[in-house]
Formats: sequence, structure tokens, C-alpha cells
Amino acid sequence: MTDQPYNFAYLDEQTKRMIRRAILKGLAIPGYQVPFASREMPMPYGWGTGGVQVSAAVLTPSDRFKVIDQGADDTTNAVSIRNFFRRTAGIEVTTKTTDATVIQTRHRVPETALHAGQVLVYQVPIPEPLRFLEPRETETRKMHALEDYGLMHVKLYEDISRHGHIATAYAYPVKVEGRYVMDPSPIPKFDNPKVSDCPAIQLFGAGREQRIYALPPYTRVVSLDFEDHPFEASKADHPCGLCGAEDSYLDEVITDDAGGRMFVCSDTDFCETRQAAGHRGKDAA
Amino acid sequence: MSEHTQPLLSVRDIAKRYGSHIGCTDVSFDLYPGEVMGIVGESGSGKSTLLNCMAGHLTPDNGQVIFDTRADGPRDTVTMSEPERRMLARTDWAFVHQHARDGLRMGVSAGGNVGERLMAVGARHYGDIRDKATDWLDRVEIAPDRIDDRPATFSGGMQQRLQIARNLVTGPRLVFMDEPTGGLDVSVQARLLDLLRGLVRDMGLSAIIVTHDLAVVRLLADRLMVMKSGHVVEQGLTDQVLDDPQHGYTQLLVSSVLQV
Amino acid sequence: MIEIENLSKAFTLHNQGGATIRVMEGANLSVQKGECVALVGASGAGKSTLMRMIYGNYLAEHGSIRVGRTVVTDASPRDILTMRRDVLGYVSQFLRVVPRVPTLDVVAEPLLAVGTPRDLARDRAAELLERLNIPQTLWGLSPTTFSGGEQQRVNIARGFTHDYPALLLDEPTASLDATNRAVVLDLIGAAKARGAAIVGIFHDEAARDQVCDREIDVTAFTPVRAA
Repeated sequence: MTDQPYNFAYLDEQTKRMIRRAILKGLAIPGYQVPFASREMPMPYGWGTGGVQVSAAVLTPSDRFKVIDQGADDTTNAVSIRNFFRRTAGIEVTTKTTDATVIQTRHRVPETALHAGQVLVYQVPIPEPLRFLEPRETETRKMHALEDYGLMHVKLYEDISRHGHIATAYAYPVKVEGRYVMDPSPIPKFDNPKVSDCPAIQLFGAGREQRIYALPPYTRVVSLDFEDHPFEASKADHPCGLCGAEDSYLDEVITDDAGGRMFVCSDTDFCETRQAAGHRGKDAA
Repeated sequence: MSEHTQPLLSVRDIAKRYGSHIGCTDVSFDLYPGEVMGIVGESGSGKSTLLNCMAGHLTPDNGQVIFDTRADGPRDTVTMSEPERRMLARTDWAFVHQHARDGLRMGVSAGGNVGERLMAVGARHYGDIRDKATDWLDRVEIAPDRIDDRPATFSGGMQQRLQIARNLVTGPRLVFMDEPTGGLDVSVQARLLDLLRGLVRDMGLSAIIVTHDLAVVRLLADRLMVMKSGHVVEQGLTDQVLDDPQHGYTQLLVSSVLQV
Repeated sequence: MIEIENLSKAFTLHNQGGATIRVMEGANLSVQKGECVALVGASGAGKSTLMRMIYGNYLAEHGSIRVGRTVVTDASPRDILTMRRDVLGYVSQFLRVVPRVPTLDVVAEPLLAVGTPRDLARDRAAELLERLNIPQTLWGLSPTTFSGGEQQRVNIARGFTHDYPALLLDEPTASLDATNRAVVLDLIGAAKARGAAIVGIFHDEAARDQVCDREIDVTAFTPVRAA
């Protein structure tokens, strides 16, 4: 090891053991936020330090690694993290969702259904779903311990009273196996149903906040709502301009300064795979 | 006859010390359904310590606070598990703070403040929650069109009434009040007292009110407990204690009040 | 109905050198159902003190007071409250009510306290207010804003809404005009007729003669003041 500039996947083995213990505890108590001794990483907080540490702890030399940022494989953040692990772990990387064994994501769940054996690692900015309503950490931990979750619905109530509907569009709170209320990270609420009953392992890492939580495969995850204002996994009401998909989450792209715009799949791999199979949208060249 | 009903709350030998300083000691009494008890005494007399011990905010060093629970009959709330005590605190108990800011969520609308306890015990129908909140705002004399305003935009008296609505919406049986009229204008106090008295009678509430204002207890409390240096120096019927005080301290307290 | 035996009372002023003022000694009184007894004696002789002791407002030093089945001198605050609600009414000279409560509700309150439906209680309150010539325009207002005479009549109405088996009347006809005075005396007469035991203080001698069966001079219970 000493002749190498870095240990495998950057972190030292003791740190990875510590993180793995936190991950195992998280898997054993789905939705529970496990504190861990987050390390300084060679990137700023907010750029995915939590996700990177979790990925570092779960990667093995035979893994194929994919990174997406808002669904895209080609943004700065995704490219940087992918390169980081290619250099420090020497592992294979991919943009294909189906080929990847470990996928680190920021703010999206891939459109392509995940399969057993895969690990989805979320980057989490603020792991505590109750934080904006109750600033005291001591109190929020007590609330989780005692399942004192009335406050979470207060947030949704406030939404409806102000906007006429639940306006929370991302980081939409969920309840895990009828027990812990959890922040699914800032994924659009469109992705919430994909989090539930998923064959892959889902791990959540918050570096600055020093928390890890997890969902083992096939965990039941329910989005909170009211009987008369049920949860809706909404998206822009258009087909993808490039591949014509009607069931994928879309980004709005401004194309000129004359009000021109198009809607395209936020999941680049999904969109390209469809286009390669001959699907075409109305804006496709 | 009412003589045979059992107490809603039985306090036995409650003591709380802060190091060598006595917070309160040797406090025992029974509170029956529908009764309102006042606790008076000067600042530092231990009345707030006692209230917090009874309401579960502080753990007493000694003694029992036995509450007649709906499900299991009399239970000592001091030795009860935290989840059970919290459940009581959001169902059968209510706590009205002196400063509305301590008892309200200032960043949440009036409706959300009132609805929180309902949602905490499982209400999941937005329309129903809103209807109940509207009804309660009306009952505490807050115009229903203020339902979506934040309490920060309310006057002190309105905030206090909102706090009361938020506490009473789940139909508690016992309300703890810590100086509920403190810091309010006299005219606002009168309105609040009137409101509290009506609610206490209409809902059959039992209440324990800590205050240093003797006029408040005369109007609201059936019984009175006078505290000094952590000890109960006198207790009895409110008008009897005020009109024929037996203890020197109570006599001083009563004679110190300005007559209007 | 009301039995008082060997009652004594002293006030100890702890903040004035522990001075003890003896105000009553060896008081005895028995009032039967349907009987009205007037307490007489000079000002300061202890008429009000005795009334307040019967009501449980002042604590007795020695001796016993019994009203119906309640031994006032030995009762818990709860028992006294029950007695005041069900058995013993008190018309004092001063009206003490929560500000802002409408007069009609103030008068109906004793009936509501014993569980009378609100409508019935209000009807009864309205009837009494009308008899006592309180203009209907005032019923919705708080009596705290009324004149002394009006307040006095509200107080009387309040004392007579519920048919208490025993009543204490402190100067019920003071500051009333002839018409209202007659109404009050009628009310007292009717209460006696239904069997209420009444103890009263009446400076109005004619009124006293009209409704009272006996007079008790409380001067007999006044201890010789030590200097």
C-alpha cells in the first residue's frame, strides 16, 4: 500500500470500517439517522462529501461506478466524482444505469428500474426532515424516538393553506416502514414512488451534517399526505422533446431569448438509450 | 354524590432541590374533575418549579404526580415512560405558557398552530383540521379570516388566546397555566379571564394556575395554595384564604394589593 | 337547617406584632326551614363576620356551623363549594363578577352551575330581572357598568334564581326604591314559603318586621375587648 499515493477509494481502512458500521446500523434501522465521524474530503461541503464517503466505503475493485447529478452523467460534479474514484480506486466507470453496480446520485432516482445487487448512494444536504420546523437537534431526535410527528404534517398543512395544494415539490417527506419520517434528499417528489419497494440498496450520506441513513431492499416508503389532499408524483405535462418519453421526469431547457423552450428527460442515460432504440421526440434533430 | 368521584390529579410529597437550594418541598394535594386551583406566591417561591414538576417538564427529586388516565386509571406520571408522558401532554394535558412565544410556533400560521395537536394524534383530513381550527379561533375570539396569518402579526392578547386554542383543541382534561395573564394590558386580561372561565366551565376542565395576581385567582380559582420559599404556607378555598388569611405571609400578600 | 354552636372567632395580625383581635365568642344560632332570622346589633358587633363564617368565607376558631348536611367548620374546600352551589345562597352588598359577562348570564349562572339547561336558566334569569325592573336593554351588558342600585338588584336576582334551601341576605333592601323593595320582600316571603332557611342583616326596620320571624342580637356574642 505504501507505494501508492492513496488507499483504495481514497479513505483509509479504519475510516471505511467506521462508515460501514454506520451503514449497517442504518440498514438495520431503516430511516434512522446514524451519526458518523464525517471526514474532510478533497471537495467543498455541499458537493457531495457525504455521498462520496458512503461510496468510498462500499466500493470494491470489481464494481462499476456511475455518478449522476440531477439525472445527468455529464455535469461538472458528476464528472469530477467519477474521475475521483477512477483515479483513487482504479475502478471501472459507466453511464449505463443497468450496467452500474454502485450509483451515486444528486437529486434524482434513475428512470430505469434498479435491480437487486445495485447500490444507490444519495447525496444529502440536510438529513433532518423536521429541521425547518424545529431547530433544536436534541428535540428532533426526541421526536423521532417518540414518533412525535405531528409537526411534519403541520408543514404540509401550511403548504395547502398557502398554495391550495401541497406545494412541496422536492425533498418530500416520507415515512419508512410505518416508523421513521425521513427526508429522501432533494429528489423531485416524482421520484418518491421509486424509493419504495426498490430491489436495490439505498444509502444516504450527509457529510456536513455527519449523518448516514439507509433503506434495505424492498422497504416500504410512504409519502406523507392528507386524506383529502393525497400525494401526487407530478411532473411537467409534456413528452420528452428528444426521445418522446411520456413517463420520465423532465427538465425545462430555454433554447433562445425569444421564449423558445423544450422539455427533455433529466435522466440523460434513459433518454439516450431510448433514442438509440429509435424513439424520437418532436424537437429531435 | 360528587364526594365519591376520585381525584383527577393527586400530588404527593413533591420535592425538587437545586443543589442545596429548595425549589419546592412537601407539596401534596388532590385536584378533582372540574376544579380550578390557583398557586400564588412571589417570584422564587417555588410555584413555577412545582408547576413544571407536575407537568413533567422537570423531574421531581421525590414524590408522585398521580393522574387518572382515561385508559388505565390512576398512574404516577413521574415514573411513567417518556412516550406515555408525551402522549398525555398532547392529549389530556395542556400547558399555557406565560409568554405566548414559548407556547406557539411563531413561523407557522394560526391554523397550523391550532391543528398541530390534532395532527399529532393522527388527524389526516385537511378539511376537518381546518374546520376545527376555524371553530377554535372563533371560540377564542379571533376572526376566522386570520387563520392563515402568522402569530407574529397578532397582538399580545391574541397570541395568548391562540395559545389557549392550540392547547384546548384536543379536549384536554387538565390545563397547567403559568401566569396566563402576565404581561397583558388590564383590559386584555379581563377578556382573557372571562374566556378562560367560560371554557373551564363549558368543557368541565380542571386547571392549575400559577400566578402572582390575586385578582386572577379570585375570579378563576376555586381553591388556592400560597407558597413561600418552596413551602406551601396556606391552602384552602380561594375567597376564604384571601378574605381571612391565617398565615402571616398570606396576610402580607393580601394587604399589599392596591385596592381599586 | 342552619345550626351554630359555641362559635368563636379571632383575627391574628401577624404583621402587626401578632396582635389578636377577638371578635366573637360563644355564638349559638339555630334556623329552621321556612324561618327568617335577622341579625341585629351595632355596626362592628359581628353580624357580617357571622354571615361570612356561615358561608365558609371566614374560618371559625372554635365551635361548629352546620348548614343542611354540611359541617362548614370541618368541611374541605370541595364540600364547601358543593354546599354553595346546591344549598346555600348568598346575596352580598357587593357585586363581584368577571368583567364583560352579560347581566343575563351573570344571573343565570347559579342555575347553570347546578346543571339547568341554558335556555331554562336564561328564562328564569330574564323573569327575575324583569320583576326587579332591570330594563331589558341592559341585560346584554356587563353589570359592572351599572349604578349601585342596579347592581344590587342584579345581585338579588342572582341569589334567587336557584331555589337554595338556605339563604344569607346582607342588606337586601338597601338602596332600593319602594317598588323594588316590595319585590325583594315578596321574593324573600316566597323563599320562606317554599321552606328556605334565611339569615339576614336588615337595617331597614320595616322590612325586617315584615319578613323576619326572630331577631338575634349579635352583641351578646361580642367578647369584651381587651385593650
